[in-house]
Amino acid sequence: MKRTEELFRTKKNILNIYVTAGFPKLNDTVPIVQELVKNGVSMIEIGMPFSDPLADGPTIQHSSEVAIENGITLALIFKQIEEIRKTVTIPILMMGYYNQILQYGDKAFFEKAKAVGVDGFIIPDLPLAIYQEKYKQILQHLDLDFIFLITPQTTDDRIRLIDNESSGFLYIVSSFAITGSKSDIQQNQLDYFEHINKLNLKNPKLIGFGISNKKTFDTACKHAEGAIIGSAFIKALSKNNDLEGSVKAFVQSVI
Amino acid sequence: MNYKGNEQGFYGEFGGAFIPEMLYHNTNELKENYLQIINSKVFKKEFKDLLKEYVGRPTPLYYAKRLSKKYNTNIFLKREDLNHTGAHKINNTIGQILVAKQMGKQRIIAETGAGQHGVATATVCALMGLECIVYMGEVDIKRQAPNVARMKMLGAEVRPAISGSKTLKDATNEAIRDWIANPVDTYYLIGSVVGPHPYPDMVARFQSIISKEMLSQLQEKTGRDYPDKIIACVGGGSNAAGAFYHYLDNTKVELIAVEADGLGVATGKTAATTQVGSEGIIHGSKTLLMQNSEGQITEPYSISAGLDYPGVGPLHAHLFKTGRGKFIGATDKEALDAAFELTLLEGIIPALESAHALAVLKKITCKPDENIVVNLSGRGDKDMETYINRMD
Ligand SMILES: Cc1ncc(COP(=O)(O)O)c(C=O)c1O
Repeated sequence: MKRTEELFRTKKNILNIYVTAGFPKLNDTVPIVQELVKNGVSMIEIGMPFSDPLADGPTIQHSSEVAIENGITLALIFKQIEEIRKTVTIPILMMGYYNQILQYGDKAFFEKAKAVGVDGFIIPDLPLAIYQEKYKQILQHLDLDFIFLITPQTTDDRIRLIDNESSGFLYIVSSFAITGSKSDIQQNQLDYFEHINKLNLKNPKLIGFGISNKKTFDTACKHAEGAIIGSAFIKALSKNNDLEGSVKAFVQSVI
Repeated sequence: MNYKGNEQGFYGEFGGAFIPEMLYHNTNELKENYLQIINSKVFKKEFKDLLKEYVGRPTPLYYAKRLSKKYNTNIFLKREDLNHTGAHKINNTIGQILVAKQMGKQRIIAETGAGQHGVATATVCALMGLECIVYMGEVDIKRQAPNVARMKMLGAEVRPAISGSKTLKDATNEAIRDWIANPVDTYYLIGSVVGPHPYPDMVARFQSIISKEMLSQLQEKTGRDYPDKIIACVGGGSNAAGAFYHYLDNTKVELIAVEADGLGVATGKTAATTQVGSEGIIHGSKTLLMQNSEGQITEPYSISAGLDYPGVGPLHAHLFKTGRGKFIGATDKEALDAAFELTLLEGIIPALESAHALAVLKKITCKPDENIVVNLSGRGDKDMETYINRMD
């Protein structure tokens, strides 16, 4: 059974943490992920730093710039994941942009990811139509998940189409926003989460964008199988030099 | 060969819409509506009237006698510099503002590099009474102070892009992020034939007025409705797309696209995308772009802010790959020389961007009986500081 499938079958209130690879220091990725797992995080998203991350807000943009400056490469990210996999058994996803994958070589990228123990991908600018035409078969063949986003503007018909093509889970974008936009969750967002629940989709759902603390995480868990935190975690990492201490403090403040 | 792109916005293998789901609704809304709007009678009349009465079209196709003599051929200048606001950019902003109005949008956002597109956008927003926000790289805000002042006087808010290299590419990223955060009331008014489908096609259609006028002007002046060569500079590629448009399928016309070599392609300080770039995705479009082996988009360099973009529109990537377009570069120095040459021979101070197009007259062979059109995309007022420094 896939790691993601196993996770959603056995666990509730899933916390998925986004980690920019190569940030704050080039080789911090492995200890950060190990510490996250030790403190009860259920899933990890490894961010592949990109020069022009269109869907990301200032915090993730900045961490990406620092990581690129530090010398992060896809080859190094694969090495780091390989190292992480020696001890970590929870699902690991890679999140990045399509251009990076094209330059690496798309087929080679997916095969390498599989080989080092990646479970799936979030590639926001790889559109559904291109996925269906070019990548669906190879990802199914490799037994890897491809996670699509759903936004408050996605129509019901399109949500069903996306649900049908997705595996792993659906990424519910909580509002009209890029990552890192922070405020409390409003009533209209709750209505939108509930509307999606009524569609009886086949995939589990994680809510992301704007989830930043215990309060917003708990709310998300009432309306979905869990949530994804990115910018708030990256900000916490930037605060001091005690890496493990900051990871532990952050996770404990949320769950 | 089809050079105008298919329904999904693909020019051969280039183009398309590589956008996050958060932009699917916005771009789809535009895709579903733009052709119907721009083909409607109401739109056509309003567009035509504004281009005539407000922009000052048609622009002359001027036979440059002394320049022709110097190069021993027949050179015509398509005078886009005589448009209101001083460049071809306004052909596009007039068209898109009418589309935005038809779609009921209240808030207009745009990106700008040199500030020419920002000024043209702020201008049409003032004309229509719409809110205008222009994203501009922090570095460019410092380099292009007069255009920043013009935009502000026109009532626009200029927001600095402080990410990445703080130039045009980053201003475009910020505009796209704004659009993601404000998908309902906001219209993104892109300044060139770049970005996700349907922008490259829509902008090319609005700029195609340039070659449409050339058809009848050349007929009248030369007895033939086509020239032997058309030369235009390429930043994103909108003035070139407009100048080539009605001649894309006429293979008797040689289409010459001029990129900014900067300090020279070999130095790495360049914006000559087709020479140093490779295939990939930038701003939602599959095209040629400048990048490293990791797919990180690299910084271009040119003395001309309007050509300082690390990609080209998908139409141009297709023209390059198929060989339909001939791509030539001009360095900073060659462009400066050409600007001074035109000024002294014809009494026209060109924009630095347009000067790159003029510079290739030295690099190509023209026969005495040939007719060459150079698209003079803009005037040089905005570049006076650079020209003054050069005179000192
Ligand atoms: C006068 C002028 N020409 C050319 C350009 C380059 O843009 P494009 O390649 O879209 O025509 C600009 C851009 O600012 C410009 O101001």
